Amino acid sequence: MLDQRSRTAGSTTAAGLIVKIGVLAVVAALAVWAALPLIAAGAWWGLALEAAVVAVVFYVYLQRRAVQLKYLIPGTLLLIAFQILPVILTIGTSFSNYGDGHRVDKDQAINAIVAAGVQQTPGGTTYLLAVGESAAGELTLLLTDNADGSTWAGTEAGLTELEGATQDESGRITAAPDYTVWDFAELNERLSEVTELAVPTGEETGIKVQGLSAFEGVSTRSYDEACDCITDSATGTTWYADDETGTFVTDDGRAALVGWRVNIGADNYLAVITDPDIRGPFLGVFTWNIMFAAGSVLFTFAIGLGTAMALNRPGMRGTKVYRAFMILPYAMPSFAMLLVWAQMFNRDFGLVNDLFNLNVNWYGGTWSARAMVLIANTWLGWPYMFLISLGALQALPSDSLEAAKIDGATGVTAFRKITLPLLLIALTPLLISSFAFNFNNFNAIELLSGGNPFKAGDAVGGTDLLITYAFRQAFGSSSADYGFASAISVFIFLIVATISAVMFRFTRNQEDVYS
Amino acid sequence: MTHAVKPRRKGRSPFVKWAADTGWRHVVAIAALVFGLIPIIYVISAAFNPNGTLSSTSLLPTGFSLNNFQRLFTDDNVPFAAWFANSLMIAVPAAFISIFISSLAAYAFSRFRFKGRRPMLLFLLLIQMFPAFLAVVALYLIFGSIGEFYPVAGLNTKLGLMLVYMGGALGVSTWLMKGFFDTIPKELDEAATIDGASHAQIFFGMILPLAAPIIAISGILAFVGTMNDFILASLFLTDRPEMTLAVGLKTLTADNSPASYFGIFAAGTLLTSVLTVGVFMSLQRYIVSGLTGGAVKG
Repeated sequence: MLDQRSRTAGSTTAAGLIVKIGVLAVVAALAVWAALPLIAAGAWWGLALEAAVVAVVFYVYLQRRAVQLKYLIPGTLLLIAFQILPVILTIGTSFSNYGDGHRVDKDQAINAIVAAGVQQTPGGTTYLLAVGESAAGELTLLLTDNADGSTWAGTEAGLTELEGATQDESGRITAAPDYTVWDFAELNERLSEVTELAVPTGEETGIKVQGLSAFEGVSTRSYDEACDCITDSATGTTWYADDETGTFVTDDGRAALVGWRVNIGADNYLAVITDPDIRGPFLGVFTWNIMFAAGSVLFTFAIGLGTAMALNRPGMRGTKVYRAFMILPYAMPSFAMLLVWAQMFNRDFGLVNDLFNLNVNWYGGTWSARAMVLIANTWLGWPYMFLISLGALQALPSDSLEAAKIDGATGVTAFRKITLPLLLIALTPLLISSFAFNFNNFNAIELLSGGNPFKAGDAVGGTDLLITYAFRQAFGSSSADYGFASAISVFIFLIVATISAVMFRFTRNQEDVYS
Repeated sequence: MTHAVKPRRKGRSPFVKWAADTGWRHVVAIAALVFGLIPIIYVISAAFNPNGTLSSTSLLPTGFSLNNFQRLFTDDNVPFAAWFANSLMIAVPAAFISIFISSLAAYAFSRFRFKGRRPMLLFLLLIQMFPAFLAVVALYLIFGSIGEFYPVAGLNTKLGLMLVYMGGALGVSTWLMKGFFDTIPKELDEAATIDGASHAQIFFGMILPLAAPIIAISGILAFVGTMNDFILASLFLTDRPEMTLAVGLKTLTADNSPASYFGIFAAGTLLTSVLTVGVFMSLQRYIVSGLTGGAVKG
């Protein structure tokens, strides 16, 4: 009997076999498709990795012993690729100075600095200039060769041919795949960045911008390996490489525009503690972040529980209608409702000032903006609290409530001594995960206030959370500092991890009491 | 005990008794409803407002026109239909696939005993505490280099964004489903095994159909979560016709967009919410039990 069972459990039906062969064939086809670009680019490490993944997949589905792996492998692969790997990379980046001015490696940085000293030579190639940003936010010159009309994309890393660009009559590029082309207004605004940029094209040649065109010429600068320095023969300036900060610096401390990416150890973390320009705002953001998360949980829970208590009465008329309407704010698309709230708090035409006859500039003051954010976030969150409170109330053991009644506890006392503690035991995990969610509630801040109000010259807004602050450091309009942004991300990881660890401990202890 | 209470109650007028017993409940409920419904009424009023500007919108509608809805589909600068289609094209497959993958894992966790099962379950709970967008910088770099080799899945592609969403497939929903699978008696599996069913047949033919309610709920939560995502979508999709609803509608309320776009935005919001509200209302009962079921399992 047992023998037969294990045999039949291992056997496969014809249909099952066909499905399995079909799925593996698709995997094999995908693998071949994925391998071609890797081979073409000579990315052997990538190819080896891909081969390993495919081998694992085939092995798992062809073996018979560890059946659970067949069910776990798809999710696990995605988890590793798009959750675990990004986390590891984030930690890695947090120890580097990666960001604007430190995007490339040292050789490319040298080439770029040398190219910046380019002087026009007679008969050199000239280009029509357009400027844009790559998908990764990198400043790029979009060039049209005046002689033959070919199109090129140049960055501080070098020149690549550009295909599929749209040009106007003069031949200037107006649109290109994967690039956002600037209009004249934006070009004017950031002209200084553009004129500083130089595209290296060879050992001592490069392309420089002049007005709305660009030229290729020979540089007066040269790199000397012996002293690890760059000398400009025209001006006599010498930049020496500083491998610790990843920059070229002159003797009197002026740094060249382009540096390279180096490991700077824990500097990004230490900056939070040691740099007073960062420490002050950072502490403010951190405190407000906790206030925001705690306040959101408190207000939503208070209103949600209150309404749930009110509706938790068998035989009350209209409860179904009430409940249906109370879910509405939860069912509305939250991103859109946040934007609606942002408009409702408009100073001149907003509904809130209108209804209450106020003239508050909600976005202007730190505390009014914070109140605004909390009000809107409470509106978004309370129906959820209402739902879970109602569920928990109805699941309360009725014997303890009756026992309390017999002992003479009524109304407020019964609620405070019996109902609330029992509710909290059931709901604590959800309350804590709600806290964790609101701690990183990027949408609420970004869509409502965008971090406003900003004091002049401050990088941190009055309603900024750590996550919006980190996001702006990396992707904001000013220069990108991925290293520092990653360090803040790791910091947030640690806080949330601590919260969840505490939650595990806490709920486990509570469950012992409960059962 | 009951005797001691009764005489006191008899002394009160019926209205006071009603007020103390049920009346306050209606007051609380109505107060909460007012708070809850005002923004929604405001959106409706704005959507049907003929002018479409913020300044001409009040809580209660002053006029009625379908002007905003019409512009939503005719204005060249507002490719609403494309946004709507993009959102659905991303959210529906992403929700389906991630729920399928998640249910596979939940089956493994529920029915098999293997080394590392508990640590992996705990790890899943921990990693879902780190929302994917905390690692935006890294995701950005990863997809930048993926795009170099596979342009179909790089930045500014729907496929790339879907992959990120699917990366979070294992997580809360795995726990929810595992909890539900655990309540399906193991005897059923055993009976099926004796009848000659393979593990795959048990999963697809028996467990999945039995767990339909929880799978529906998880799928809807995943769908709504994806629809509401802003940060990843805004990072991935920068071309105007490629945007999702969240990113696209946001551009309508930006400081530099025309004032009359507010009405269009409200109309778009209303159309988007028809979808989500419809889904929520039709499955109201399941949602309540699904959320609290998760609470107990925590």
